[in-house]
Amino acid sequence: MAKQFIKGNEAVVKGAILAGCELYFGYPITPASEIAEGAAKYLPLVGRKFLQGESEVASIQMCYGAAGAGARVMTASSGPGLSLKQEGISYCAGSELPVVIIDVMRGGPGLGNIAPEQGDYNQIVKGGGHGNYKVIVLAPNSAQEMCDLTMLAFELADKYRTPTVVLTDGFIGQMMEPVDFPEPKDISRRKKKDWAVFGDAETKRNLINSIYLDPAELEAWNKHLQEKYRKIEENEVRFEDYKLDDAEIVVSGYGIVSRVLKGTVNLLREKGVKVGMLRPKTLFPFPKKKFAELAEKPDVKFFFVSEMSNGQMVNDVRLSVEFKKPVHFYGRMGGVVPTVNELEREILKLKESEG
Amino acid sequence: MAKDILSTPKSFYKEFFRKPDADKTNTHYCPGCGHGVIHKLLAEAIEDFGIADRTIIISPVGCSVFAYYYFDTGNVQVAHGRAPAVATGLKRANPNSIVISYQGDGDLAAIGGNNILQAANRGENITVIFVNNAIYGMTGGQMAPTTLIGQKTTTTPYGRAAANEGYPIRICELLSALSGPVYLARGAITDPATIMKTRLAIRKAIKAQMDYKGFSLVEILSPCPSGWRMTPVEAKKWVKEQMVKIFPLGTFKDETKEREPIAYEKREYTKEEIKQALGLDKEAPHFSHSMDDVKPIWRNPKIKISGFGGQGVLLLGNTLAEAGMEQGYHVSWIPSYGPEMRGGTANCHVQISTSEIASPVVDHPSILVAMNLPSLDRFEDDVVPGGLIIYNTSLVTRAPKRTDIESIPIPATDIADKLGSLKVANMVVLGAIIEKTGIVTEEAAISALNTVVKHKKFIPLNIEAIKSGREYVRNL
Repeated sequence: MAKQFIKGNEAVVKGAILAGCELYFGYPITPASEIAEGAAKYLPLVGRKFLQGESEVASIQMCYGAAGAGARVMTASSGPGLSLKQEGISYCAGSELPVVIIDVMRGGPGLGNIAPEQGDYNQIVKGGGHGNYKVIVLAPNSAQEMCDLTMLAFELADKYRTPTVVLTDGFIGQMMEPVDFPEPKDISRRKKKDWAVFGDAETKRNLINSIYLDPAELEAWNKHLQEKYRKIEENEVRFEDYKLDDAEIVVSGYGIVSRVLKGTVNLLREKGVKVGMLRPKTLFPFPKKKFAELAEKPDVKFFFVSEMSNGQMVNDVRLSVEFKKPVHFYGRMGGVVPTVNELEREILKLKESEG
Repeated sequence: MAKDILSTPKSFYKEFFRKPDADKTNTHYCPGCGHGVIHKLLAEAIEDFGIADRTIIISPVGCSVFAYYYFDTGNVQVAHGRAPAVATGLKRANPNSIVISYQGDGDLAAIGGNNILQAANRGENITVIFVNNAIYGMTGGQMAPTTLIGQKTTTTPYGRAAANEGYPIRICELLSALSGPVYLARGAITDPATIMKTRLAIRKAIKAQMDYKGFSLVEILSPCPSGWRMTPVEAKKWVKEQMVKIFPLGTFKDETKEREPIAYEKREYTKEEIKQALGLDKEAPHFSHSMDDVKPIWRNPKIKISGFGGQGVLLLGNTLAEAGMEQGYHVSWIPSYGPEMRGGTANCHVQISTSEIASPVVDHPSILVAMNLPSLDRFEDDVVPGGLIIYNTSLVTRAPKRTDIESIPIPATDIADKLGSLKVANMVVLGAIIEKTGIVTEEAAISALNTVVKHKKFIPLNIEAIKSGREYVRNL
C-alpha cells in the first residue's frame, strides 16, 4: 500500500486508525502533541471520536470507560503526563482493560525539558502505579515501527486484556522517515468482547471492577494476573538480532539509541571489531533468555548498554546476564543524544581494559 | 397500587450474588443511611423507563463503592473522583447506553472536582446522582468539602473553621453558572414530601439523558447516622434543620424543554474511505536516479541545513528527503532538537542512502547548507574533508575558513527577493544543490514540492526559485 514520508508521531495516528482505534482521549504535551493533533484531524474523518480531556488523569480514565464499553481506545503523552496517568493505568491493569498508551519521552525529572530522553523506563516497565501489575511495553526505533508497533499494541492489548504502552522518545516521534502503511483492519469482523459492558441486554451482567475486599480473593485475582504476565513472557518477546553470530561484544539499547548503536556497530565492523547488537523491541516482556544465551557463549567478552538515562534498562540486562559476563553502561541525560563516534570510543576503551 | 409500592423494582437484584458475605438479601449500608432510599428511587425510575438493559451504573469510591451488588444493570466500578471521566468514555463509546454516575461528596466535590466541572461544562450526556452527606462516610467520618461550618468530624475535631478549611461547597449553585448542564436539582429524603420531589427530579434527570439533551445532576442531602454519631431519627432532623439552611432544596437549572437533542451518527467506513481520509489511497510517484552518477563524496549524502527560524530550513530538508524517497532511496529527516536549538537557529539533518540508515543523526555532514552566519560558525568544523558548504552570501559575511572542502557562495536571499518573496531563498539553495551535486533531480524535487508545500498556489514560485538557483550555480 501507500508509502509516505512522515513523522513518527503521525505514523502512530495513522497506524492506530488502520488498527481500528475508535476513540482517542488525550491532553497536549510536547513532544507528543502531534499525536493528539493528528487524532483530532483524522478520527472524525472516519466516523471515530476525539476528545481533549481536562487533564492527563481524566484522559486515561476516559480510556478506562471506553475500553470497559468494548471499544478500541488510545491516549498519548510524555513523561510528566505519564506520571499523572499512572493512577488510571493501575486501574486499567486491575480491571483488565485493553488501552493503548503512547509515551513520547522527554527530559526529566520535574518539568525537565522537551528534548528526547529515556528516563521513563522504570516508571513504565517496572510499574509506576500501585499494585502487582505489568503492562506490555513496545519500543519502536523508526517511523515504520511507530506505525507497526502501535498496530501491534492494539492486538496485544485485546489479546491479553491489558494496558499496552508504546515507549518511544522525542527523537523517534519528531523524526520523518518513509512508512509503508498496511491495509486497514476490518473492524466489522472483530469478535464482540463478551466481557465488556456495552449497555445492552447481552452484557448487562458483566462487571468492570478492581475491588476484592477479601484478601484470599484478591490474592487469587493477583495470581490470575501474574499467570497472564507469565504467558506474555512466554509468547510475546520480540527483539532485533544484528550481527550477533560471531560477536565478542554485545551492545544493547532501545529507541533512538539503538539507531546510533547500529551506526557504531557498522563502523566497528569495518575496523574488524566483532561487535553485534541485541535490541529489545519488547521491554516487557524483556528478551531475558536471549541475553542469558549470549552470556553463556564463550566468544562473548562483555555487554555494553547505552541509554539516554541514568541507567534503567541496564538493570534488566544485568538480571538476565546474572554476573556471567561484565555489563557496562554508558548514558547521556538531559536530552543529549550520544553520537556514533562517542559510543565507538567508549566501546574501544572497554575492549582494551577487558582485554 | 399497594402492590406496586411494596414490590422491589426489577432493576434491583433480589439476591445480591456479588455480595461476598453470607447475607445476600440485606444491603451493606448502616441503619438510617440514605443510600437505601436513593437506590430504590433510582431503581424504580430505571424500571419504569424500561431502560435497565441499556443502563450502566458507575460505582464510585465511598460507601456506594458496592452499588454494583444491587443494580441489575451494567456496572462499572471506578477510581476515586473519576466517575465523570469514566462516564464520558462509556458514553462516547456507546452513545445509546444510559450512563449514571453515582457519587458521594468527597468523591465528586473534592478529589473529582475538576472531573465533574468539566463533564458538566461539556454538557456530557450523562446523569449524576450526587449523594451529599457532609462527610466522608466510608473512611470513618472525615471532613468533606460539604462539611458545615462548626461541624465536628475526625479531621476537624474542633469543628470546621472557615479560616482554616474554608466554606461548604454548593455544587448545584456552582454548576448552574455553566452553560453545559441541562438539568440541576437538589432534593432530600427526610419525609414523604421531599422523597416524592427527589423521585421526580431523578426521573427528570434520566429522561433528559434518554432524550439526548445533555448533562443532568441531582444532588440529594442524605443522612449518615454512623458518621455523624447520631441516631437515624436525629440524623434526619439534622438534615432538615442544619443542612437545608446551607444547601437549599429546589431546581437550579432546567432547560430540558428548550435544549436541542445531541445528534449522533454511527456508520462503519469502508477500507477505501479510510485510506482516502488518511491520504493512503495513492502510490507515491517514482523517479529513476543513479547514485553512480553522483561524485563519490556526495553519494549517500549526510546533509545538515541550518539557518534562522523562518528561512525554511526544515522545509528544504523535507523536500530533499521526500524527493530522495521518490527516487527509491532510504531517507531520514530530523529537526533540530536538544542543545543545538539554542541561539535561535533552526536546523535539520537529512540522509539519502542506497542502504538502510542506521543513525539518522548527522554529526559530520558531507553537505552543509548555512543560511546565516551563526550556522557557518557553528557547523563549519564538522564538515567531512572534501565535503561541500553552500552558504547564503546575502547574510553570511565571510567565506569558509576551511581549505579542505568545496564551497558555493550564493546570494539566496537576494535572488529570492528579486523573485518576489524572501521565503523562497530555501528553494534557491535547493536549485544550487541539484545543479552542483545531482543527488536529486529537478523533476523529483518538483514532485516532492507537491507533497510538502501546503498552499499549492506557491508552487510555481518555488519552482522558479529552484530554476534560478540552478542557473546561478551553472554560471559561477
